[in-house]
Amino acid sequence: MNESPWKDRKEPAGEPTRRLTHGALERTGSDGQALRPAQPVRRRARAPELWLLAVSAVVAVLPLAVNNVNFHHVLIMFLIFASLGEAWNIITGLAGQTSFGHAAFFGIGAYAAAVAYFRHGISPWIGMAAGAVIATAVSAVVSYPVFRLKGHYFAIATLAVAEIIFQLFVSWSYVEGATGISIPVAAEGLATFQFHTSKLPYCYITLAAFVGTVLVFRRVEESRLGYYLRAIKGSEEAAMAMGINPARYKLYAMMISAFITSIFGSIYAQYILYIDPFMVFALAISMKIVLLTVLGGLGSVWGPVLGAAILIPLSEYTRILLGGTGKGIDLIVFGALIVVVACFQPQGIVGLMRSHGRRRAERGVSGDARRDATAVA
Amino acid sequence: MHEGCQNPATCPMGRVLSRRPGWGAVPECNTGNPATTGKGTKTNVPSLRGDPRRRRSPLVHVAVGAVGVVLQVLTSGLMMGFVYALVAVGLSIIWGVMDVINFAHGEFLMVSMYSAFWLYTLLRLDPLFSWPIEMAIVFALGYLTYKVIIRRVVDAPGLAALLATFGLSLVLRNLAQFLWTPNYRFLNETLVTDKRLILGPVVLGMPQIVAAIGSVVMTILVFYFVQRTRMGRAIQATSLDKDAAKLMGIDTEKVYAFTFGLGGACVGVAGALLSSFFPVHPESGALYSLLAFVIVALGGFGNIKGALQAGVIIGVAEALGGFYLGTQFKYAVVFLIYLLVMQVRPSGLFGW
Amino acid sequence: MDATDTRAANARPLLEVTGLTMRFGNLAANDNVTFNVHRGEIVALIGPNGAGKTTCFNCVSGFLRPTAGRVVFDGIDITGMRPYHICRLGLTRTFQIVKTLGDMTVEENVMTGAFLRAPGKREAREVAAEVLELTGLLDKRAKPGRSLTIAERKRLEIARALATRPKLLMLDEAMAGLNPTEIKGAMDLCLRLREAGLTLVVVEHIMEAIMPISDRVIVLSSGEKIAEGTPEEVAANEDVIKAYLGEKYHAAS
Repeated sequence: MNESPWKDRKEPAGEPTRRLTHGALERTGSDGQALRPAQPVRRRARAPELWLLAVSAVVAVLPLAVNNVNFHHVLIMFLIFASLGEAWNIITGLAGQTSFGHAAFFGIGAYAAAVAYFRHGISPWIGMAAGAVIATAVSAVVSYPVFRLKGHYFAIATLAVAEIIFQLFVSWSYVEGATGISIPVAAEGLATFQFHTSKLPYCYITLAAFVGTVLVFRRVEESRLGYYLRAIKGSEEAAMAMGINPARYKLYAMMISAFITSIFGSIYAQYILYIDPFMVFALAISMKIVLLTVLGGLGSVWGPVLGAAILIPLSEYTRILLGGTGKGIDLIVFGALIVVVACFQPQGIVGLMRSHGRRRAERGVSGDARRDATAVA
Repeated sequence: MHEGCQNPATCPMGRVLSRRPGWGAVPECNTGNPATTGKGTKTNVPSLRGDPRRRRSPLVHVAVGAVGVVLQVLTSGLMMGFVYALVAVGLSIIWGVMDVINFAHGEFLMVSMYSAFWLYTLLRLDPLFSWPIEMAIVFALGYLTYKVIIRRVVDAPGLAALLATFGLSLVLRNLAQFLWTPNYRFLNETLVTDKRLILGPVVLGMPQIVAAIGSVVMTILVFYFVQRTRMGRAIQATSLDKDAAKLMGIDTEKVYAFTFGLGGACVGVAGALLSSFFPVHPESGALYSLLAFVIVALGGFGNIKGALQAGVIIGVAEALGGFYLGTQFKYAVVFLIYLLVMQVRPSGLFGW
Repeated sequence: MDATDTRAANARPLLEVTGLTMRFGNLAANDNVTFNVHRGEIVALIGPNGAGKTTCFNCVSGFLRPTAGRVVFDGIDITGMRPYHICRLGLTRTFQIVKTLGDMTVEENVMTGAFLRAPGKREAREVAAEVLELTGLLDKRAKPGRSLTIAERKRLEIARALATRPKLLMLDEAMAGLNPTEIKGAMDLCLRLREAGLTLVVVEHIMEAIMPISDRVIVLSSGEKIAEGTPEEVAANEDVIKAYLGEKYHAAS
């Protein structure tokens, strides 16, 4: 008998459903022939983890191989922004909710670490943890009003929230308002999260956090939550018809995203050792996160990494090489490149590679797939 | 630093916004908005706070003064609101017709203001008369932007168009900085400079009056253009359904390019009007695009009437918020209002 | 909603719609519609364009909150409940305009639905394989949703709904736009689903497809229920013929 796999599985409690009994059914495939009971497709789900291992090994060796302060700086910024991109990718790439307000969570994290040490002499690590909790809480609170809005209205609302939080920090004397906080210099070490003689420790701490972030993204992507978020992105109505409460899962995605973003805010503050609202709450931060993820490939685990690998060295090196003149040549070049990329590779780098790969793999196999691949390209 | 400020030590906005990377300075102190700030207006504008003469006045005087102050704040807000509305109308048309957020909109405004500045400085052409030139310049800029950039991304999936316009905004802003330095520049001797109109307790700066009237007129013109002309109807049809419009024989490419130009023309006029009382610098458009986003969303995408009404709401809210809560909170108030209104009307005040 | 409740409710109809009214401003899209659906039935909901079929669907499945009336499903009052709660109770629907999740593969589309009851990914994948086989999409499972033809999309829509393991499935014009062979396939699928113990409510325009398979037919016109009965009864009903063909034509014939 064709025993249904549905029949012998335990139901989740509290959900009485009469099971379908497919035993009596005649099974016919689309070609009209009887089919054997289906075997689930096995997927190469572990591949990104192997890639991550490779990438992090390379990144771990690089700062030792190239012992140059500027290079270390670029590497740290790359890791920070790649991770911010991953965090943003959860809410925008997976769940399809374009947030222009991630600087708010970044700033909260930065201030939490700075204020903890500056005001109370508490370890920035505790500040980092507190900041992450606060950012998560803030994201949960603002999510309620913001997620009622759709599409562009949502995007503008996130921008509005970030601007309000920015304005509050500017006039809040507890965090030194617009003056900003210079984190008092402390003895070098992991406990104080300050390193003055070399940037290497920052490289490795950021690398560890980056690896953790990529793993979180993968975990989310491959889990039930990931499927739900992608369904919500595709169609909230379809999701609801499948028993998914969009508001709840968008909230989860936002909270995870805010948590990670805040942690990298803290790392950034400890690395730069000076913050003010204009640096960490700037729309420019939000936009940079958006840009590099879109550039790399929205919704893909490697999108933000590729995007950051291109955008961050570009912006940091143009700044180092051309920025000294104070004439903004670096940003002209940077902006022009963004325009060029947007015009000629709107799918992002990952999209480009994917459509090439697909075209190669399915050449001559199926008209559908070919049409699809060319449509993407 | 905050060059536009008359008194940097006491100007909160100078500290607040001038050093923001990305969105740059807001030359609050030279807005001439007499209720909140403004050079030389402190003495002749009644203020409830910090003015000892007021405190000594009899109760009646305080009451009359209070009404006057409120009127003053409201009218100033109203006048700025009209200008905001015109900027937002330009953004809204583009957004509504081709679903592209033009992040370079503020930079279009900045280009217009620089045009007005140079026309005045080099040719002594007053902004009051040179505005058609600015309008044409920014129309051309918008048209070209479409033809060169937006055309390639308008149908691309995801956020490509946003990426492109953001890149363009960086280029324009920094090009201005490269060519003309980040210094603030002023048009100090235009026909309307330092003139004012006194209506009872309300003092209105002539530049603001001209800007408000000009903005309303331009907004109405754009409205009737879209409603009545052949091109306007083509724009409407294209915004409803591009493919259907194409089948009806409308050259949608031309419509899109023209729409982008029209959006530019709106800020072209707004920039000319603003240049007579706002300092001109590379980041002078940044704040406007931020406010315009909010206004467009509040009014409903592509809705000109909505943008006008939302612009006025935002202008008044900004003025009231700035006056009662302090200038540092005025934008927080604006954004808060956006969030609150959207709770009641999630598709904007006048959206469907 | 515990086990005793469910057992007690077995005698009553699976779905009871009482006095359902939905107004949009002055327009009553549904006016006092009352009908029952019993377990194991295929009930067709038919009517001319604009009769309020889809509105009725939306009210029952929770996508619209009815202005008045009551919807009881499996003994539970679901009036005004959100769609995802209703789906959890075992009532789900497909959409007239298919909402294929184009970025996800066919299998992922269905797994998303299966996650409602499947405890893990492996189980979800098994459920997906099973319903894909049932709907004849198994060989397409690795394809992205957007690469499917319209007929395949309609089947995917059903597969996704089935993966949530509903007791009652509501199909909104699942056959519109299909060619005769595909319609035949869809009819067979409906019958197989009924055999499998599902209850179906089907909105359909294609009479040749719907009449042979349905146990009962409910006819809506201008938001009101004008007839109910077996396909034969309904086909012979004067009001129904009037509603479909118009007063004049009826009088002439």
